[in-house]
Amino acid sequence: MRLTCPLCGPRDRREFYYYGAAVYLDRPAADAPPEAWDEYLHLRDNPAGVTQDLWYHEQGCGSWLKVTRNTVTHEILAVDAVSAADAAEEAR
Amino acid sequence: MPDLIAKPALGAVAVTHAGCTLAEAAALTITALAPFPGQAAAVGAELGLAFPAPNTVSEGGAARLVWAGRDLAFLIGGAAPERLAALNGLAAVTDQSDAWVTLTLTGPPTVEVLARLVPLDLRGTARGQVFRTGLGHMPLVLIAEGADSFTLMTFRSMARTAWHEIEEAMVKVAARSF
Amino acid sequence: MRIDGKGRIDRTRPVTFTFDGRPYAGYRGDTLASALIANDVRVVGRSFKYHRPRGILTAGSEEPNALVEVVGPANQTPNTRATVQELFEGLVARSQNRWPSLSLDLLEVNDLAAPFLSAGFYYKTFMWPRRFWEGIYEPLIRRAAGLGRLSGKHDEGVYEKAWAHCDLLVIGAGPAGLMAALVAARAGADVILCDESAEMGGRLLSDEGQIDGMPAADWTAAVLAELASLPNLRLMPRTTVTGAYDDGTYGALERVGLHRSPRPNLPRECFWRIVAKRSILAAGALERGIAFQDNDRPGVMLAGSLATYLNRYGVSPGKRVALFANNGSVRATARSLKAAGVEVVAILDSRPDAPDEPGIPVHKGATVLRARGRMGLHSLSFAHEGRVHALEVDCLGVSGGWNPAVHLTCHRNGRPRWSDELAAFVPMEGAVPGMRVAGAAAGSFSTHACLASGAEAARESLAALGRDGGALDLPRAEDAPYRIAPLWTVPGKGRAWLDFANDVTVKDVTLAAQEGFRSVEHMKRYTTQGMAPDQGKSSNVAALAVLADATGRGIPETGTTTFRPPYTPVSIAAMGAGGRGAGFAPQRFLTSDQASRDRAAPMVEAGLWYRPSYFPKPQETTWREACDREVRMVRETVGVSDVSTLGKIDVQGPDAARFLDFVYSNTMSTLPVGKVRYGLMLREDGHVLDDGTCARLGAQHWLITTTTAAAGLVMRHLDFVHQAFCAGWQLRFVSVTEAWAQFAIAGPQARALVASALGRAPELGFMGCAPVTVQGVAGRLFRISFSGEEGYELAVPTRFGEALFRDLVARAETMGGGPYGMEALNVLRIEKGFITHAEIHGRVTAFDIGMEKMVSGKKDCIGKAAAMRPGMQGAARAQMVGLKPLSDDVITAGAHLFAQGVDLGRETSAGYVTSVGYSPTLHSHLALGFLANGRARHGETVRLVDRLRGVDVLCTVTSPVFHDPKGEKLRA
Repeated sequence: MRLTCPLCGPRDRREFYYYGAAVYLDRPAADAPPEAWDEYLHLRDNPAGVTQDLWYHEQGCGSWLKVTRNTVTHEILAVDAVSAADAAEEAR
Repeated sequence: MPDLIAKPALGAVAVTHAGCTLAEAAALTITALAPFPGQAAAVGAELGLAFPAPNTVSEGGAARLVWAGRDLAFLIGGAAPERLAALNGLAAVTDQSDAWVTLTLTGPPTVEVLARLVPLDLRGTARGQVFRTGLGHMPLVLIAEGADSFTLMTFRSMARTAWHEIEEAMVKVAARSF
Repeated sequence: MRIDGKGRIDRTRPVTFTFDGRPYAGYRGDTLASALIANDVRVVGRSFKYHRPRGILTAGSEEPNALVEVVGPANQTPNTRATVQELFEGLVARSQNRWPSLSLDLLEVNDLAAPFLSAGFYYKTFMWPRRFWEGIYEPLIRRAAGLGRLSGKHDEGVYEKAWAHCDLLVIGAGPAGLMAALVAARAGADVILCDESAEMGGRLLSDEGQIDGMPAADWTAAVLAELASLPNLRLMPRTTVTGAYDDGTYGALERVGLHRSPRPNLPRECFWRIVAKRSILAAGALERGIAFQDNDRPGVMLAGSLATYLNRYGVSPGKRVALFANNGSVRATARSLKAAGVEVVAILDSRPDAPDEPGIPVHKGATVLRARGRMGLHSLSFAHEGRVHALEVDCLGVSGGWNPAVHLTCHRNGRPRWSDELAAFVPMEGAVPGMRVAGAAAGSFSTHACLASGAEAARESLAALGRDGGALDLPRAEDAPYRIAPLWTVPGKGRAWLDFANDVTVKDVTLAAQEGFRSVEHMKRYTTQGMAPDQGKSSNVAALAVLADATGRGIPETGTTTFRPPYTPVSIAAMGAGGRGAGFAPQRFLTSDQASRDRAAPMVEAGLWYRPSYFPKPQETTWREACDREVRMVRETVGVSDVSTLGKIDVQGPDAARFLDFVYSNTMSTLPVGKVRYGLMLREDGHVLDDGTCARLGAQHWLITTTTAAAGLVMRHLDFVHQAFCAGWQLRFVSVTEAWAQFAIAGPQARALVASALGRAPELGFMGCAPVTVQGVAGRLFRISFSGEEGYELAVPTRFGEALFRDLVARAETMGGGPYGMEALNVLRIEKGFITHAEIHGRVTAFDIGMEKMVSGKKDCIGKAAAMRPGMQGAARAQMVGLKPLSDDVITAGAHLFAQGVDLGRETSAGYVTSVGYSPTLHSHLALGFLANGRARHGETVRLVDRLRGVDVLCTVTSPVFHDPKGEKLRA
């Protein structure tokens, strides 16, 4: 498996650390109801198809990445830095 | 002069196998520069060097600015303290001189040797390129110096392992050519 | 026997070797198999289950029978295929799966018991009585099971792993692969050409065909010479591509040193990870047999291998040869053999409309009924036009057709497609993204078709790479059609073998179907067909044809089992190259490492770090004596310990304080410059992630520490929180763990020692920090303590670490102190109830460790919402307590806690022990642990039980702070 890091380029998956579902990016407000936190922390889809998850380029630039991939075909559809600041940096 | 004796990471004597030489480089000053959001260009301007784009090195005089990760570059070699002071407010500045062991690997089979340890295609790399990657399980800043010549930086505490693994790879590559 | 004037072996270089202790001679260029054939060795192994004598079946890596042990000075490699093993001077090979010898194998009794050993025998037989399993059945089965033997010693051989990269990977260097590589390389693409054989050319080396009017072998040599001259093409002979993985990654095993006498440092094998933008699979096709009674007799071989042995190795397995086929591919072989002087007695062609063959009798519509000759074929009987005939032959070449080598196209879940025309599975195009299939692997069998499809696949791959393949005149070659009339088995009595390697017969497969194992996957597992080292390469299709027949379905409906990597066996040693011993993980050494070893300190692994366990004195005989002394030393005078392994992260920027407030449960932004605060980090699920200190070096400059074990974890966590939630904030942080060597100085004399080292008294209050100059070196001083005594940590740039450690220890010793190791460090912190990851093991909350007040109510932080949830605090939770045994008995971490008088059981366990140590300060064993509602139970007596280690001790529940509960020494 290979992921194309937005900063470093295409790399073998050994350089990356897998974290979990991209849902972790949608942190509820501090005062959100318990249901929202429960969903955020514990409820996950397990799709046969397109999914998004978080990877860390640990043996690389240290970017956290949102990977869009297909669990059936193993196709990597997109690799984006989780940080919006990054997108701005790249657009420059 | 300090009374405490400074020790190199390894104090190793260079080794050569089949035309490939591994050596411990002289310790240079390494300053980590992490520009605050939007300040990369300003940091470069203060230093008179372009802040490096990912995977590149900016050079000027004795110093060079080596991209070292997300929002991070290492200033390697001399830079006047007053210039670093001018970065106040523009970047986080950290002395990393002692955090890394710096090795050099040179000679025709260098790319073949590194192919045993580094998961990248290093054929045709040229001076001006740098890679954040792994040397086996160790973190690596890999600087291309020219044809068949690389500088490798890994954690100082792992210096012995790095040296051992690179030399093992050299010996195995050398054993093929007879 | 050796055939004069044939073969590509080097007859000027004779080689001697031994097989089962007997010396033999061969030539450079031979395989072990061809050399054994040259020496008329017919039986080379015993079959797995019935121990039937077996001979060589094939000339390639698909060989199921000729598996031998190769014995070297440092290795004993079982299940080596004699057909792959190249001959070298001094090669020592042994047959396997026989006792006491190949010619007399006592387990051949299994063959007589065969009626009872059919498919599912083990499942049916060893069911009862149940109590016989462990004592009788299992040892019995284990003794008989397994193929080949391991030496029982470490493999001291050298292995290697490596990476390779290319635009185009061409897998297989037969006509299709060579053509593809030539077209692609001439167009300037970066090409790797792999072939599993020592010599590239594939079947062009075995055929006596012509290409462009010259012998195919000459054409091959010319192409290889051109390829070798091109800088953009890399030839990798002896390299089998074993797996196709995601995103253009391929695994490949190269035999680097297995074909020569061992040489220092030369790897035996190299496992390659090849990253290719595109690939062309040109792995050819594998011949399959036809099942008839006793078709496993030595001398019955696949027909194509006879051509390979003759034309490539200059040997013939027989003097009187017959060929049995359902297709025309054996005709060229027959002609070659005849021309070489081998008597070709007959071609038994099962096709009634088969063509004639000049000079060789062809029996059309004939089928072989039975082979005879236990230790080597001497005759066979065949049916022809309603009559049974006998034929005296010592070799029979069988061809039941050709299976395209589709294996790699299935590694990413692709399913091959059945071709009625070829009576074989052919690959589904696009099954592996980026991979094209060419030549026989794609079902194009003629030489012309191979060359054409190789060139075409190259042009398509080049187009995908943005390159022009250019014009190329295809070389002229034969283009004979492939005609086959499917024939899988010849009906008759007795046992007809499908899978030679696992001894699976036609009857076994039929029985499986009768017993309801109708799915091909079930049949496979019930009969073990295809589960041997050869993975059924020559038997799978025939077996599922038999299954299809037995279940009344067609072959496409029956389907095929899944081909998985590796294509051929890969030694674990190659895949794990470099990972043995110290190569398993990087070793991290402290600057004080040599100084500690100079004092004979045993080193203990802490994460990747090596830390001193204790510093023994000459008169001390146990670690406990040293540990107790070091603890007393710290409590009474002063001790020095290297704590550089703690993670150190430098945080800077206007928003640094805000960020730290967000990642720590407690508030950091209120900390004055020059002060240090203890901090707790939570995971978002409300459990404790890590603890450490936070020092404010400047208004916008902080240094935080992590535990040794969690340094990487915390860095990853901080990066995540920062990049995911507050990337726009004005701050940056970077690890400085490696940049500083840091030493703890603890004890009543700590201040004096620091003053002596600095040349002035440290004017620091408890939890203060300041820049200092240490003997001319800029350093940092922190007044923090992990021992409960007055404590300092002194940091200098790493290069000065060793000198400072030696200096501090020398000064300490003049004061009656000295260095202390991990054991003492642990006891000191247990006495004080300080936590480590033994306590914050991932399932505890701030409440559990009595730090709920450290979750600030005034701000949000990572983990706060979850930490506030009802179940995350309260009396029902196990809370951290101290435990002090009522006796002198040893107590153990991992023990469970029970109220007195309850039955011991999982449901009555009220808690558990996390850390233990003997406290020389309190003259008692002490423990930290977690007990339900523990803080309300101080003073209670509980039972501490560790059934694994036989510990059952009554303990008093106490506060976790055993020593100096008010912290007066700390603040002194």
